[in-house]
Amino acid sequence: MEYIIIIISAIFVNNIVLAQFLGICPFVGVSNKISTSIGMGGAVLFVITLSTIVTWLIQTYVLNALGLHFLQTIAFIVVIASLVQMVEIILKKVSPALYSALGVFLPLISTNCAVLGVAILTIQKEYTLIEGVVFSSSTALGFGLALVIFAGIREHLDLMEVPKGMRGVPIALVTAGILALAFMGFTGIV
Amino acid sequence: MNQIQNLTKGFIKENPVLAQLLGLCPTLGVTTSAFNGLGMGLATTFVLVSSNLVVSLVKNFIPDKVRIPSFIVIIASFVTVVELVMQGFVPALFDQLGLFIPLIVVNCIVLGRAEAFASKNTVASSVIDGLGMGLGFSMALTILGALREILGSGALFGFKFIPGEMILVFVLAPGAFIGLGYLIALTRKLNK
Repeated sequence: MEYIIIIISAIFVNNIVLAQFLGICPFVGVSNKISTSIGMGGAVLFVITLSTIVTWLIQTYVLNALGLHFLQTIAFIVVIASLVQMVEIILKKVSPALYSALGVFLPLISTNCAVLGVAILTIQKEYTLIEGVVFSSSTALGFGLALVIFAGIREHLDLMEVPKGMRGVPIALVTAGILALAFMGFTGIV
Repeated sequence: MNQIQNLTKGFIKENPVLAQLLGLCPTLGVTTSAFNGLGMGLATTFVLVSSNLVVSLVKNFIPDKVRIPSFIVIIASFVTVVELVMQGFVPALFDQLGLFIPLIVVNCIVLGRAEAFASKNTVASSVIDGLGMGLGFSMALTILGALREILGSGALFGFKFIPGEMILVFVLAPGAFIGLGYLIALTRKLNK
């Protein structure tokens, strides 16, 4: 039951993009087409889940064990950056098909604050490893969901008559605001 | 380019948020009030100036291939400094900004200036560039924070001057997106 609450809360109520403002750059940057946003969502799901597992283990067995809590930020960013690099190298060798689907998005992800954000949130919320995995993967699903919905809207937006000064990013942000308003409807269900 | 231009280019013309569209996450996330926006802006300014200073000092000793990881470690060290100082001296603001303080490390403005400016320029101009960009970032955050605070709760810097109910949605998540959208459109108009 508690896992279901974590899942619903992470995907809808506390949606990482629309309620917590993490991962805005890829949200605005690669949300022009539905197909690219599905690719990006997949890559983020993969990296966030993996990095949460690794950073959780490091926090518990290295930082907490040695009393080095203040090194959290440095340790996590170094781990995540190298992890993304490693994933890229391994995918290229092991599964070229998956690499060609996700590959272009991987370098973008290391600067995605959602990855570091979810890793830190998992520690702050004092989740166990399994809860952390459930939390991080459903947060990533929430990211993918917001991205795909937004891409769908933006595909239509291209055909609309938009005032000159508002074209591009400004109208996209206003649209995201209305989408965030819609997601506020989920408040209170858990 | 003279140093005054170097300082002021970050204010409007190359404003990191409103013109270059970098660092949108903290911009949207912390600007529920003008004070929070200003606090976040100044914290980021400190990291920008210090990391630009150190990067421009060590730029000749770092091999080209490992420069990005080295920059990230330098930035992360200064973010840790900010984290500990804020936790010690302004715990209330630290709690308000929460997750976004450690996330300064992935703010693309900081790494962007280290890579695009400090790794190629002298120490003095790198520091001034960092200061200008940081102040531009602070300005953008304070303006958006003030806009949301006035429209959302009729107050500015915590001082309530419009009595009664206001448009609550502006302090909530949707208001951040909508407010920033209009600010960017306005900046484009000014830059024309």
